[in-house]
Amino acid sequence: MSDAARVSTSALVDVARMFRRSHAAMFGLGLVVALTLCAVLAPLLTRHDPNEVDTTRRLARPLSPNHPLGTDEFGRDMTARLLHGARISLAVGLAATALAALAGSLCGLVAGLGGGWIDHAIMRSIDTLMAFPYFLLAIAIIAALGPGLVNGMIAVAVVNIPFYGRIVRGTVLAVRETEYVQAARALGVSELRLAVKHVLRNCLAPIIVAVTLNVGGMITALAGLSFLGLGVQPPVSDWGSMLSSSRQYINVAPHVAALPGLAIFLAVLGFNLLGDGLRDALDPRLR
Amino acid sequence: MAAVGGGGLQGYVLGRLLLAVPVLFGVSLLVFAVMHLAPGDPAAIMLGAQATREDVERLHRELGLDRPLPVQYARWLGRVGQGDLGRSIPLGREVLPEVLTRFRATLILTGGALLVALVIGVPAGIVSATRQYSWLDRLSMGIAVTGVSLPVFWTGIMLIIVFSLTLRWLPSAGMFSPYGGDFADLLWHLVLPAITLGTASAAALARMTRSSVLEIVRQDFVRSARAKGLAERAVVGRHVLKNAVNPVVTVLGIQVGTLLGGAILTETVFSWPGLGSMMVRAIQARDYPLVQGGVLLIATTFVGVNLLVDLLYAVFDPRIRYE
Repeated sequence: MSDAARVSTSALVDVARMFRRSHAAMFGLGLVVALTLCAVLAPLLTRHDPNEVDTTRRLARPLSPNHPLGTDEFGRDMTARLLHGARISLAVGLAATALAALAGSLCGLVAGLGGGWIDHAIMRSIDTLMAFPYFLLAIAIIAALGPGLVNGMIAVAVVNIPFYGRIVRGTVLAVRETEYVQAARALGVSELRLAVKHVLRNCLAPIIVAVTLNVGGMITALAGLSFLGLGVQPPVSDWGSMLSSSRQYINVAPHVAALPGLAIFLAVLGFNLLGDGLRDALDPRLR
Repeated sequence: MAAVGGGGLQGYVLGRLLLAVPVLFGVSLLVFAVMHLAPGDPAAIMLGAQATREDVERLHRELGLDRPLPVQYARWLGRVGQGDLGRSIPLGREVLPEVLTRFRATLILTGGALLVALVIGVPAGIVSATRQYSWLDRLSMGIAVTGVSLPVFWTGIMLIIVFSLTLRWLPSAGMFSPYGGDFADLLWHLVLPAITLGTASAAALARMTRSSVLEIVRQDFVRSARAKGLAERAVVGRHVLKNAVNPVVTVLGIQVGTLLGGAILTETVFSWPGLGSMMVRAIQARDYPLVQGGVLLIATTFVGVNLLVDLLYAVFDPRIRYE
């Protein structure tokens, strides 16, 4: 094993050790893994169709025969709807985060490496996006594009571009001045190769932490849009739309509102704890 | 606290005001783009399927949609500058009075939530930091991470189930009772929405206050104050808090944005007659002038709040105005 590979492996071992020492981070990881397994294995975990209507069993309470988590206002099995809802909520949250991370990182990279008027133009655009309250901007974009699953994803992704743009630009500016990057430049390495091989590689750790910390917010924002009727549209349903449609039945069957919200909360809590743990583990000052 | 005044502060204020101009210009461009990014003809979308070609053409002329985009923007900006935000087609009323009336309700809700966040978040953060690694620190930070993970619309529904439907202590909807209308009645209706909206901000504020206080506690001047024999209460009150205030003010500014955005969801849950709930209905009805008016008003307020936060930095930390 080369010296560089040995140093890199030892750094990873340190990060893993730091991460494992935090009970909260391990709990977060457990929640994320459990929810992901529920989403992936949804068809195997329940024999009910999430859209199967049974008007004879409307608003059945949890622990009812055949329906461990009860049924909703149309007699649909809550367990099946929550498990299948997890697929939409998690997939859409992760896809929107990936989109924001990609676009934001690209903006940050171009601004940091380009400098001058390119940097100025990108950063002023980012400032403008940040002048809007987070959720309001998503609503404004939905107003322009129209409600829907894909438009909701685009809206929350655009809103989060400044978050990644600023992190990556800051890292690029710091890395650009390091001796090894200057040495690579002096050796005649092209700007593109420099950006991908040296600068982007150093941005990966902050991007990974930012992504983990951001997924929870994305899931909440997308559920919020669905709750308002501006995100996922029927017949597709996610946790946010389940919560929205159940609101009028909370006085007779509180579980129909409590369960989808609890699912959102657990997913967000899991990603937040995981993100906090990763950030602490990757911060050498805390070791 | 150092006296505020002198050329340093004036120059700082002027600089910050000038910096707000391009941001406001960008905000106006984005708000203008809301109508023009919409796929299809905005006039036809606003009038609906039953509109005749003549109706659509008339609205085109009224809204100036038959002109080139830069001309449309300049005319729109000119009208906005004179306080004319256009006319809501479904409501048949001027947008400005409509959004201003609704905005008052949103400001009351946001103010209440900010108070909840400050009253809970700042003391929790200070207690946590001054008793680092104690059970109290672990408990308050555990509650804080739970608080930031709670979706505001679910918190609201759960509070309604517990405090309105089960215990019957507090009202679940509206800003006033049907036969009420006084200040006490407003406060009574504000309790649940303000707690709902303020919880996540209280949690974020507690986390920031804790880390900011911890940062200051490790500084040499704090060690010197302790070595001088000052009581812990005096060290924290006189030295630590004064220096830890700027990062907390920053988060407070960001939280105002979160609260203004989150108010849209809270108002929907509690049928609070604010700008947010009105805007959701306006989006569904494709009432673009109303959406534009609402977004412009909230975004401009947020720019103003950020400007105020920048000015507060200079008040709390005199070094900033001379940088």
